[in-house]
Amino acid sequence: MKRRTFLKGSLAAGVTGVAAGSSVLTPVFAGSHGGDAAMKPADAYKATSVEDALKALGITAEDSDKITVTAPDLAENAAVVPVEVTTELEGAEEIIVMVSKNPAVLAAKFKLGETADPGVKCRFKVGKSGDIVAVVKAGDKYYTAKKAVKVTKGGCGG
Amino acid sequence: MAKFKTRLKVKMKDGKVNVKAIMSHPMETGRRKDKKTGEKIPELYINEVVVTANDKMILTADWASSVSKNPYLSVNYAGKSGDKVKISWKDNKGNTGEAEKTVK
Repeated sequence: MKRRTFLKGSLAAGVTGVAAGSSVLTPVFAGSHGGDAAMKPADAYKATSVEDALKALGITAEDSDKITVTAPDLAENAAVVPVEVTTELEGAEEIIVMVSKNPAVLAAKFKLGETADPGVKCRFKVGKSGDIVAVVKAGDKYYTAKKAVKVTKGGCGG
Repeated sequence: MAKFKTRLKVKMKDGKVNVKAIMSHPMETGRRKDKKTGEKIPELYINEVVVTANDKMILTADWASSVSKNPYLSVNYAGKSGDKVKISWKDNKGNTGEAEKTVK
């Protein structure tokens, strides 16, 4: 009986410990993106879902087939997943990349200069199987497209 | 402090300039633990990258820690040989790096 109460007690303590830990961590993460608040809304980088990130950025995006997201169907190494985003949209100025299942979904935001081709290649960490979501700003509107990426554990490539 | 190296390649390709860069950087997310001590490794990642050609902006990137270790970046732009391409970056702890190449 004693053992049981002990277990219960430690379990409860464990749970509160985790809760306290997370509440301490969140502000640290938000604070790290200081600097220009308009450029990097801290809330967006904290967002844990694509919807929240879009909301934090103040964006509503419509689906578009003029954006191509290239990524492997099955990632062999989840820590290094090559992603390419290109678009045929006229006047693309901004490309945002989000990884839907990561602890912080917003991964990168690219601003394109006048002479740059509307496309970037980069590598991302993908924590769990999910979508790579690309959002492109063209004109004053936002468009989005996504690509599902599966992640397996171990390096055998499944 | 760890040493960060920035490698840059510029090449003419189909009438455009292809810019490729690899930055040596650990890109710690702040979620990983040190296996020996069990302590969390503090986050350390590049959050700002700027690519310019002849001092004109080609691309700026705001990154979060989801970008892979030793980040790779590739972009094309309408340019010509002789352009001076420069990449510079900054991480969340204030470390910086840069590289410059002339398009052949």
